[in-house]
Amino acid sequence: MKAQTQTANLTIEKKTQHISGAEAVIRCLLAEGVDLIYGYPGGAIMPIYDELYKYQDQLRHVLTRHEQGATHSAQGFARVTGKVGVAMATSGPGATNLVTGIADAQIDSTPMVCITGQVGKHLLGSDAFQETDIVGISTPVTKWNYQITEASEIPEVLAKAFYIARSGRPGPVLIDITKNAQFDTFDFEYEKCTSIRSYKAVPDIDKGQLLEAAKLINAAKKPMIVFGQGVILGEAEEEFKAFIEKTGIPSAWTILGLSALDSKHPLNVGMVGMHGNYGPNKLTNECDVLIAVGMRFDDRVTGNLATYAKQAKVIHFEIDPAEVDKNVKTDVAVLGNAKETLAKILPLVNENSHKEWLQEYRSHDTIEFEKVIKDELYPTKEGITMGEVMKEINSKTGGKAVIVSDVGQHQMMACRYAEFTQTKSNITSGGLGTMGFALPAAIGAKMGAPDREVIAIIGDGGYQMTIQELGTILQTKAAVKIVVLNNEFLGMVRQWQQLFFDKRYASTEMVNPDFITIAKGYHINAKRVTKREELASAVEEMLSTEGSYFLEVCVEKENNVFPMIPTGASVSDVRLS
Amino acid sequence: MANQKSYTISVYTENNVGLLNRVSSIFLKRHINIESLTTSQSEIENVNRFVIVATMDDSQARKIVGQLEKQIEVIKAYAHTDEETIYQESALFKVASDSLFDERQIQNIIKDSHANIVTVSREFFVIEKTGRRHETEKLYQDLKPYRLLQFVRSGRISVTKEPMNISEMLTAF
Ligand SMILES: Cc1ncc(C[n+]2csc(CCOP(=O)(O)OP(=O)(O)O)c2C)c(N)n1
Repeated sequence: MKAQTQTANLTIEKKTQHISGAEAVIRCLLAEGVDLIYGYPGGAIMPIYDELYKYQDQLRHVLTRHEQGATHSAQGFARVTGKVGVAMATSGPGATNLVTGIADAQIDSTPMVCITGQVGKHLLGSDAFQETDIVGISTPVTKWNYQITEASEIPEVLAKAFYIARSGRPGPVLIDITKNAQFDTFDFEYEKCTSIRSYKAVPDIDKGQLLEAAKLINAAKKPMIVFGQGVILGEAEEEFKAFIEKTGIPSAWTILGLSALDSKHPLNVGMVGMHGNYGPNKLTNECDVLIAVGMRFDDRVTGNLATYAKQAKVIHFEIDPAEVDKNVKTDVAVLGNAKETLAKILPLVNENSHKEWLQEYRSHDTIEFEKVIKDELYPTKEGITMGEVMKEINSKTGGKAVIVSDVGQHQMMACRYAEFTQTKSNITSGGLGTMGFALPAAIGAKMGAPDREVIAIIGDGGYQMTIQELGTILQTKAAVKIVVLNNEFLGMVRQWQQLFFDKRYASTEMVNPDFITIAKGYHINAKRVTKREELASAVEEMLSTEGSYFLEVCVEKENNVFPMIPTGASVSDVRLS
Repeated sequence: MANQKSYTISVYTENNVGLLNRVSSIFLKRHINIESLTTSQSEIENVNRFVIVATMDDSQARKIVGQLEKQIEVIKAYAHTDEETIYQESALFKVASDSLFDERQIQNIIKDSHANIVTVSREFFVIEKTGRRHETEKLYQDLKPYRLLQFVRSGRISVTKEPMNISEMLTAF
């Protein structure tokens, strides 16, 4: 009782207090520095919501309109801040609705803690109302999960949850708490977790590996770097930049690595992978040393592994030992956090410039510009292209915005053409490719970076997967700018049908509602653009509007994303049309 | 497929609910069939040991070990070929007692197999045989004609020829 009366000015003292499990959950969150969580209430988590009510001046809860939205918002928040995102849901359907976001966070290494309510311990296994084995269901898609059945377990388990979610290669953790454990009282004391004996968050750095890697790098004539999200997650942007500037190595990115290096940096040679740039894809198969930094050789990056960089010696800077040799056989693995390994290798590498080799990328760029980019950014045909929308956004934001993209053609266009000057600015669902990610993720990103412009780029298909989150925007006034690139198709699937299924457009055409009316229903300023002449002023209006804004751009219906490496083809077979 | 062989995967873990699910899901995700699985206490207090037998190639075995070790509560995992381990399985055979008296042959089978008689009652008797798969398999084939009421074989248990050094790892922590 005493604990309740002093909630208003609560600071985390190490003094033991007798409180309920539900209150302990809140106190653990506060102790971990959490001040914002996303969620949706229900029977099995009501004791915790009751405590949230009491602690609302210290811990803000954002009610999303679907639990999937809560996870994606938590992810957006985590991706833009580097902090752990927190999502909460009730048992049964509440918990199962989290699964897509958890799987997304797992494959994209996003630090997230999900807390679910569960039926009382005495009911476990009885098929009680809204009982679901969420620990069983989430096991393959969590870094760790655990079911708490006694209140006294709460502090230690939550401390572990945060430590595991954020340390090493980050990932999602799910903690399921039975209702009795929320109600029961116990003597609360909190201690942060700093190590777990069976878990080595970051492997030790091996000096020998560094020396070997440096030797290969110093001898290389045509070295190439492919960097991924490891640079961002390891907060290694400065070290990375110092490393490439000293060695003069052309550096390409995966879509999750995007924004770690300034788009206009002279050594930034663009994107690798299925819809990546022509040069870095082609030249992957011509370089003599391939240096992978914090990336995991996803099949969308490598194309056919049998013909991927076979001529090159491969160096892999990686925090997760299980990634080494998983897809591509490496010659030298440099294990550790990229921030440390890159700093340690810097004095070991020689200054270099690789001017002629860099020039080869630029010559490929010229070809790509002529065959692909020109028509995308400076179209002469009537229909609006997705690329020109991105170009307009670039010119008005100066590359300072956070771009949150959904999944499909518009995502590839956003990643190909958006320009970035700041890290942690490109937020997209990479590994899982979750349609519906962008709108809720943008809400989380805006709350994580309230002073920055946050622009969601979404297709007309994906938009309708989580469109209900407009309600969250209405209620929280999150000033998210939403751009829907409407091609009236599930465009990316239609593109594949056109190229590989003789244009049999099975279930990809969309009859869409009036998106403007819908946005207005949520009191969001909205505009539709159908002509090129209206585009610039509409983007201007969107950006100068203070609150949220919805911009629908009706784009050419049957445009395709190129370059493209067809599934199963080699990176060197990248097609320009 | 070429290069497929039998691997014994040993996994040292903390003793927690749900870990079996996490360990087995790593095999499931890669569509690798678990041929046998045993879990028990290990030589270290509060540390469990899984012994899993599965057929795969060398690179799969390495990746499985990597994925297993990545799990928070897994202390260490190893993959060993049959030659690198000393392993046994145990089998129990329940046979109707009348066969013991009616069929003289069965007494010779038991004697030759070096199996132990665990219990004898009026209705049935139970014999136990520990050994390699082919040994328990042979006894199974031999006993089959004589009213074998029940048969069960344990998963493989194995120890490695090389030292494991888990205790040192945990003390170092
Ligand atoms: C949840 C989910 N379901 C299905 C898919 C398969 N898929 C990938 S892209 C795509 C089309 C996306 O269409 P739209 O959102 O309109 O974007 P566009 O490609 O037209 O830009 C689909 C259906 C997916 N990635 N995610």
